[in-house]
Amino acid sequence: MSSSTLEAKLGTQWRKPHFIKSPYTRYALIGGTIIYLVFAFNSIEVNWLRVSEGLVRGWRFISAFASPDFLSHGTDIRDGMIESVIMTVASTVVGILISIPIGLGAARNIAPLPIYLVCRTIVALSRALNEIIVAILMVAIFGFGPLAGFITLSFASIGFLSKLLAEDIEDLDRAQAEAIKATGSSWLQWINYGIQPQVMPRLIGLSMYRLDINFRESAVLGLVGAGGIGATLNTSFDRYEYDTAAAILLIIITTVMSLEYLSGIIRAKVQ
Amino acid sequence: MLKLEKLTKTYATGDKALCAVDLEVPNGQVLALIGPSGAGKSTLIRCVNRLVEPTSGKVLLGGEDITSLGSSALRRARRNMGMIFQEYALVERLTVMENVLSGRLGFVGFWRSFLRKFPQSDVDEAFRLLDRVGLLEMANKRADELSGGQRQRVGIARALIQNPELLLVDEPTASLDPKTSRQIMRLICELCEERKLAAIINIHDVALAQMFVQRIVGMKKGELQFDGSPDLLTPDVLTRIYGEEDWKATITKVEEEVE
Repeated sequence: MSSSTLEAKLGTQWRKPHFIKSPYTRYALIGGTIIYLVFAFNSIEVNWLRVSEGLVRGWRFISAFASPDFLSHGTDIRDGMIESVIMTVASTVVGILISIPIGLGAARNIAPLPIYLVCRTIVALSRALNEIIVAILMVAIFGFGPLAGFITLSFASIGFLSKLLAEDIEDLDRAQAEAIKATGSSWLQWINYGIQPQVMPRLIGLSMYRLDINFRESAVLGLVGAGGIGATLNTSFDRYEYDTAAAILLIIITTVMSLEYLSGIIRAKVQ
Repeated sequence: MLKLEKLTKTYATGDKALCAVDLEVPNGQVLALIGPSGAGKSTLIRCVNRLVEPTSGKVLLGGEDITSLGSSALRRARRNMGMIFQEYALVERLTVMENVLSGRLGFVGFWRSFLRKFPQSDVDEAFRLLDRVGLLEMANKRADELSGGQRQRVGIARALIQNPELLLVDEPTASLDPKTSRQIMRLICELCEERKLAAIINIHDVALAQMFVQRIVGMKKGELQFDGSPDLLTPDVLTRIYGEEDWKATITKVEEEVE
């Protein structure tokens, strides 16, 4: 920059350039967004009469938390929890075992294109289908009970873990992997020495997180008949036994929080 | 003996990194490859062990054409070529010992390496090498606990445990302080001398190269510009390799240090 323009610029204001340069596009986008929001909010109908009735019911549900009933259906709750824990642990383990090879295949920097495409398709399929929808299908195939839930959660874990594992592999330090390749290692040795140490903390962290998600999901899957604590919860709702439902929800919340705490400790250890 | 014949590499982007390079490196000779960033130095040594696939030309190591090998023959050929990297490229979350032993991966089967049950002779050699580079005490430390100079010593041990005929060395001193740089260069050159290894050392620091090697090759834009002994590096030659600059300081400084 020549000194004459520098002189001219000194003492003048500076403003950050707009993200969208053309003012027409910019104002059109802002205007469009506002108009859309106005119409969107107006289209949501609220039946205030229904709400005032519903508030009473809602309050009964919430006040049940003050007197949760763990005992009158104690064995049902216990059986439901055991089923949920089995479903959660089994589906997470199976999910991890299957998602490791798929995750490797879905990482563009280590997999050849055809394998990459196949693995990405599996990942996309697993992620596109919501757990509830898969669970309904599985219940239709395998009947009511935890088997349907186990298969659903394994399937969902594969999409989640493979995708995040593959992304971690794509981000890894190439030099470390290259150095192992240069030793004349085989492909498996290369994965074991050059890739695995780099992604292990992330894989462990993700697995713990998935365990947590699978437990929460297992509570929801019961609502569509896929077994576990969710089935018990559903029954208690159907019978308007809000105090039992409150007890179950408290157990779920406590379990999820302790899992969260545990995964925090483990992740700190493996860094 | 390593021989490159008309070695050419054109990247997918159309960049010509190497233009028909011919080069011979006799057994036991240590050669420094100098040149500006982007001259193709890294590409050249990576084409030798085919971490980068050459577009055309030949790489002959002991008469065998590396460029025509299938994947398992290539792995066997790579065992004969140790590589030392810029920024060390140790696997940071593995221990020093695992990093050194990883140099034997081409010689042991998957399950042995997976279970870390390397042959005792490999483990003994790893200890000897760690002792030679002054890091015996560090064997069980994790690689990311070491300083830069220490990491590069581990990198050297990893390359040497392969028992190679040739060392490919990519900017070994790029992230080290001047004193450590000299120690590392001295160590590499001493070890090559002890083991009668040939080496190609990519290096930015011209003065450092002049101090330690008998032959310097200069590259620019994928072509060789200079090939000769260090004292033939005149300001004219440096201008030919790097472009116009005042080179007197670079060269006189070296002469003082050598004396």
